[in-house]
This record gives sequence, C-alpha cells and structure tokens, in this order.
Amino acid sequence: MNKTLAVAGVVIKELYRRKDFYVLFILTIMICLVMGSMNVFNDREIIRYVKEICLLLIWVSSLIIAITTTARQIPAEKEQRTLLPLLAKPLSRTQLVVGKFLGCWIVCGLALICFYTFFGFLAASREHQWHLLNYLQAAFLHWMALGVVIAFALLGSLVFAAPSSNATICFSIVAAILCIGRYLDKFALSLPEPIRSIVYSIYFAMPHVEIPFDMRKLIIHDWPIIDWRYVWLLGLYLLAYIAFFLVGACLIFRRKALN
Amino acid sequence: MNNPVMTTILSIQNLRVEYPLRDHKRSVKVAVKNLTLSVSAGEVFGFLGPNGAGKTTTMNVMLGFVNATDGDILLFGTSVRQPIARQRIGYLPEMTYYYKFLTAEELLRFYARLFEVPRLEADRRIDAALKLVELEHARKRLIKTYSKGMQQRVGIAQALINNPDLLILDEPTSGLDPLGRMKVRQIIQRLKDEGKTVFFASHELGEVETVCDRVAILHEGELRAEGRVKDLVSHYQCNLEQIFLQVIGFQN
Repeated sequence: MNKTLAVAGVVIKELYRRKDFYVLFILTIMICLVMGSMNVFNDREIIRYVKEICLLLIWVSSLIIAITTTARQIPAEKEQRTLLPLLAKPLSRTQLVVGKFLGCWIVCGLALICFYTFFGFLAASREHQWHLLNYLQAAFLHWMALGVVIAFALLGSLVFAAPSSNATICFSIVAAILCIGRYLDKFALSLPEPIRSIVYSIYFAMPHVEIPFDMRKLIIHDWPIIDWRYVWLLGLYLLAYIAFFLVGACLIFRRKALN
Repeated sequence: MNNPVMTTILSIQNLRVEYPLRDHKRSVKVAVKNLTLSVSAGEVFGFLGPNGAGKTTTMNVMLGFVNATDGDILLFGTSVRQPIARQRIGYLPEMTYYYKFLTAEELLRFYARLFEVPRLEADRRIDAALKLVELEHARKRLIKTYSKGMQQRVGIAQALINNPDLLILDEPTSGLDPLGRMKVRQIIQRLKDEGKTVFFASHELGEVETVCDRVAILHEGELRAEGRVKDLVSHYQCNLEQIFLQVIGFQN
C-alpha cells in the first residue's frame, strides 16, 4: 500500500504544480461568483436557477479535471519514458495503475471540497441557511461517480494511444449517460427486437452515474436528505464499477510490452 | 566462507525474444537468439554490440519491461517476472527520464519509498547519494532546471538509493561532455571499489576496456564473444575496439 500511496503522492504533486489545473478551477469559481451575485427583477426564486447552473458548472468542471488529468497519466509516462526507471523498481504494474487512480481521485476529491464549500457559502449568502447534510450527500456521490469516470479513463488510456482520443471518447460516453441514461430503458421498449435487447443490455450494463448527477435536485429544491442506507448502497454500486474498470486496466497493462 | 566473486547474481538462460513485425503480421523478428551468460558478484561486466544487436532488448527483459519468448533471466536467483527481483538492483537508463516537476530530493525520496526504505535511513541515503554525485547544492531545485550532465547525475543517485548489489547502466556516458564522462567513470570506479556488481552497456569501447572486468559482444541477437578483457586482448592480439570490429565481421 505504501508504494501505491507513493505513486498517488507524485500524481498529486504533479497536478498542483501544473498551471492549467488552476485555470479551470479559478474560472469555475469566478463564473459561480458572478452567477451567485445575479439579481433579476428582485425575484427570490431566481436562486434556484442560479444553484442549478452553478452545480451543472461544478459537474462539468470536475469531469473535465477528472478526464483530462487521468487520460494523460500513463501515456505521458510512456512518452516521456519516466515509466522505465519507475518500473525498474520493485513496483508492480497493478500498484502503478492503482496509485495513478488514487492520485487522480484524491485530487478530484480536493477540488470537489473547494467547489462545494464555495458553492455552500454562495448559496448561504443568498438563502441565509446552510444545508450541510444535503451538500455532504451530493458531494460524496459526486466523488464516487468521478471515481467511476477516472477508472474508465485510466482503462481507456491503456487502450487508446493518444490521450486526446481517449478523453473525447470518455467525455462522449459520460455525457451520453448523464443526458439519456435514465431514459434508455423506456426508449428500448419502443424498439423492435433484437435492438431492444441490445439497448436493454446497455442500460443494465452501464454505470448509472446519472443518479449522483440528479442529487443536485436535493440542493436546488432544498429537499430533505436521502436515507443514508441508500447513499451507501449507491456508493457500493459505484465502487463495484470502479473495481471492474481497474481490474480491466491492470489486466491490459500487465500484458503490454514497454519497449 | 563462500567467495563472493563466485556468486552468480545475474543469470541469463537460453533467452529468446521475438517481436511481431508491423508490416508483416505473420512474421516475427528475432531480437535475441538463445542468449546464455552469467555475471558474478563484484564484477563490472560490459555488454557490447552495434545498434540493433539486442542489448537493449536483453536489458528490457532483465527489468521486466518485455516478456521473453523463451528462456528466463534470474536476478539473485529470482525470475525477473517477479517485481521483488528488482529489489536489489539499481537501473540507470540511457537518457534522463525523470519527473521534471520534482526536485532531486523529492525524486530520491519517492524512489526510496518504492524500495520501502525507512524514512531516517532514506534521509541518510539521499544525503549520501547527492554528495556522491555532487548535487547537494541543487537538491531543492526542480529537475527541469538542471543541465543534461546534472540530470544524468540525478540518474546515478536514483540508481543508488536502495544501496543496490547490482547496477544496470545503459550507456551512462552517452551525450555527456568529457568532464561529465570522467565524473561518471569515477563514480563507476568507486562503486567497483566498494564491491558492487555493475552490468554496463556502452558504445565507448575505450571506457569499457578501462572499467570492465569481463565483456560480452552481441551481434544480430547472438552472443559472438565473451570473456575477461585481458584474455580477449591477449587472444586476439589487439585492443577491444579492433576485437569488436572483428567479432561483428566488419571488413575494412
């Protein structure tokens, strides 16, 4: 575990020393700040729209951070050949993959803490109330969903040679799941066989990251929190997908020749 | 008591490595053909051959980057397929491939963690390694600000961080100026004096003749000559460079 954490530590160090990471981070916060200070026709309900847009922006930014940072981790190591002295150490390829995953996941978690804290202050300044548990549930499931995306991008980085193609494919798939994932089963009913079965299979096989995405509504409409048992259950469901993608990544990486 | 010089620490057994050719899907290129050799403790072993001879492929198998098609390599009696076989080796790649966003000290600390060196011991080894390569003054600077010679010396420091029993050096003086080459040679000499085993691939035959106890010459994936430098020189009645040219069949 110590070796895996050491690899994760280097990933975190790399990300906080990179400037492009801060650009997106500051941009998101600035847009949220401008949005938060909006006041149209003295409409008190406008805060709901502002919250929805801010949370959507946080989701988009966190997905960009997760996918772009993960997609280039192993390809960049290969291209700059830093992988050679690294794997010449008593470090297994599984430890390297898990270390890379942990590093990216921790960075995304830290970014989410900043985003949600900032968003919380912004919303509290307008609403004069602080729904801490709602934020906690939404942020936790958001982080778990990002774990699935990171593991998937890591697997993609071992399949596709170029980080850009991997990032594009990951973005497209995640955007498709977020936008149409929840309607796919109903859509399948309107299709003839065998397409219906294929679409149904896709619906049941894909990771439903749109469920944490919909947790935004808890915050937007100030709904009461969900029973924690369901939150943990959903967390476990997402954890199973993380494990599945990581095992896939490890199996592919183990067979790769590094010459 | 056993004589440490006689202990085999690197053993290459009937190694065969094949690569599929990209243009011809069904045919393969044989990079290494049934290579067998061994290196004993305390030796400085020169691994020679023209470009494309199979030296780097052999080293890639040795370090677990590439799987052998047939045969095996044992490091300290353990197959290189096991990551633990790399616990007692230090590797210096041909070019400087290190994280440019880290300082030399951070890089060495990271590699020390991979070898599970305790923190206090790691501090001591980092100090000693940086002192050996004369980089103490630049330990807090990012590696991206280093000159090529300094980066190569960081490479030597990282290869020594686990106090290895076997050092694998892939053209350690390539691209360095004469002063840098001399410093690297001095370090290798010092390691030799300390009783370390060094496996050393190089095109600098004069350097190899000075530093190495034994050499192997590889050509087209096959072992063409192997032996003590002194024995080869007396057998062929010429220097190592001329031996090398004869062995690879160069006709002037």
